[in-house]
Amino acid sequence: MNSSFFKLNSILVSLILIFFSNISFAKEAHVDLLKPNWSFDGFFGTFDRASLQRGYQVYKEVCASCHSMKLVSYRNLSQEGGPEFTEEEVKAIASQFEITDGPNADGEMFERPGLPSDRFKSPYLNDNASRASNGGAYPPDMSVLAKARPGGADYIYSVLMGYEEKIPENIKLEEGVYYNKYMSGNKIRMSKPLSEGVIDYTDGTKASEEQMSKDVVSFLVWASEPHLEARKQIGFKSVIYLLILTILVYLIKKKIWLRIEPKV
Amino acid sequence: MSIEKPDQKYEPVHTNKTGGSPFTGVVGWIDNRLPIIRMFKHEYLDFQVPRSLSYFWSFGGILTICLILLILTGLSLGMHYKPDSKYAFDSVEKIMRDVNYGWLIRYAHMNLGSFFFIAVYLHIFRSLYYGSYKEPRQLMWIIGIVIFFLMMATAFLGYTLPWGQMSYWGATVITNLFSAIPLIGESVVTWLWGDYAVGDAALNRFYVLHWLIAFLIVGVVAFHVIALHIVGSNNPSGIEPKDTRDTVTFAPFTTSKDLVGMLFFLLIFVAVMMYAPNYLGHPDNYIPANPMVTPAHIVPEWYFLPFYAILRSIPDKLMGVVAMVSSIAVLGLLPWLDFSKVRSSVFRPIWKQCVFLFVLNFFVLMYIGGAPAEGIYLVIGRIGTAFWFAFFFILAPLVSIIEKPLPMPESIHEFEEWKKQGKIKSIKLFNK
Repeated sequence: MNSSFFKLNSILVSLILIFFSNISFAKEAHVDLLKPNWSFDGFFGTFDRASLQRGYQVYKEVCASCHSMKLVSYRNLSQEGGPEFTEEEVKAIASQFEITDGPNADGEMFERPGLPSDRFKSPYLNDNASRASNGGAYPPDMSVLAKARPGGADYIYSVLMGYEEKIPENIKLEEGVYYNKYMSGNKIRMSKPLSEGVIDYTDGTKASEEQMSKDVVSFLVWASEPHLEARKQIGFKSVIYLLILTILVYLIKKKIWLRIEPKV
Repeated sequence: MSIEKPDQKYEPVHTNKTGGSPFTGVVGWIDNRLPIIRMFKHEYLDFQVPRSLSYFWSFGGILTICLILLILTGLSLGMHYKPDSKYAFDSVEKIMRDVNYGWLIRYAHMNLGSFFFIAVYLHIFRSLYYGSYKEPRQLMWIIGIVIFFLMMATAFLGYTLPWGQMSYWGATVITNLFSAIPLIGESVVTWLWGDYAVGDAALNRFYVLHWLIAFLIVGVVAFHVIALHIVGSNNPSGIEPKDTRDTVTFAPFTTSKDLVGMLFFLLIFVAVMMYAPNYLGHPDNYIPANPMVTPAHIVPEWYFLPFYAILRSIPDKLMGVVAMVSSIAVLGLLPWLDFSKVRSSVFRPIWKQCVFLFVLNFFVLMYIGGAPAEGIYLVIGRIGTAFWFAFFFILAPLVSIIEKPLPMPESIHEFEEWKKQGKIKSIKLFNK
């Protein structure tokens, strides 16, 4: 007799199916991404400061030679909820870079040491210069990269870890193209960027491939979502607040309706 | 030089209508001159509403809240956003990074867009299931469809503003639909763009139109609500209220119930916005618009997918556009295509199944709209499109003729009795 119920259930089931399947259309050949435990996942997720600081080091010493981060400023590095370098450290970091400023009173452009208010210095003067130096492939800006790829943090981590020596026989690689297990299309123009020992962590942590990948991906997630911690904290408070409020208002509603629907 | 005719009678005139307020003092003084206070009392405090309304009737109020929040968040975003193809993407990111709580306002606006559609789809489902579109509510229903069209336009325009890859390519695909108009199509598209491609001129006017249509919606919503206060709410029984046993006053009964619905909806909205703010969006829209690179799949926002599927299931471009527009416009004919005298599906065993099939088909088309337009997806999309129109043009009139409605109670309070006795099966999820 409960046919409407049955139908409603089937609708709910299909709804759930859609929600789970819709997202994965973008890639035809679907590979399961590597999913490390991220400290920023979950309801109370926060960034690991030390990991973000190491991640910045990886970015600066490895990624930054090709990838820009035009939307991020040095001052962001000392912001709450980020790597939280001290302001002195940020001043020191910024001053390592030569920034072109101007024009001055004489109409000349001039070089000066970077300030915390400067944006991260880009490795190339413009997009075309970056393309020309990278065999026509444009290394994407990394400011919001973690939000701009399906799979987000897991995807970038997987690509960093997905360079394999053994290339499947059906894949033919041209000059300057590398095989990557997780990259869409399995071909990537970036050579394997992180291998053990490519950098020395200043905090003494062992710079293994996994460690560096994890650190730099955390850093990229923070860069693309600098207010993630605040969002999760406010989110939790507001959900609890609304939950309690909804229950209270529901009880008030019950009481009001008792005036016309007395319990038998 | 007026000449008075001796036997002429003159009608007295009353241009001064001051007075008549039930209030005294300052409130009465104002109300005598601007009768909005008594109107509010009449339409919102003493207003009689059927007592059998379920939570399905909360969505009108929920949608009003969504609209208000959208305008408020939109207003603050507008103070920081730059509708310029060079700066649009970065200005949105500036809001996300540097504006105080800009991320909150932007995520709220973005997700409210989606939740507005979730609520409106449930609102439309409610009308379909309980026959809210029937006499005397046809005009209100048609006004609702106008709002839906305007919503789609605003949502589309709003999605172009962040000037990401999906913004740009979505705008290109959708504006190109106008080129299907015979003879003048190409000129119309150039006129719309203000250029020979989607670019700076288009973005700037999309921003203006996004605002304009948002406020048009407010105006049309006002008509929708005025019409509601004339014809009154339908209810799960589909029977018109006859005496006070059938009704409750709007305040505090309906207001308290609506408030529960609104808060619950808000709770879900806030949870999604705070914990999965980009879930309902597309990652490609965080890549700045690039006219030189076409995304692998250009997909619209999830709420357009069923209609996108209908568009793509017709091989001819012009007919595809016609099908897509008429798939929504056809809703306006439903009050006449479905001429059964019984409103509520509770008493319409066959129509009830048809409505559920329609909903199922809606989700199937939504899935197809997100899938590549090829092979089996295209076939399913075509069947779904055919069913969509068959629902209106074949099932609605046919069921009106062949269906035998179940025995019905005489009044709403009798309906409530029947419900208590378990004689009526209803959607319990919304009945608490």
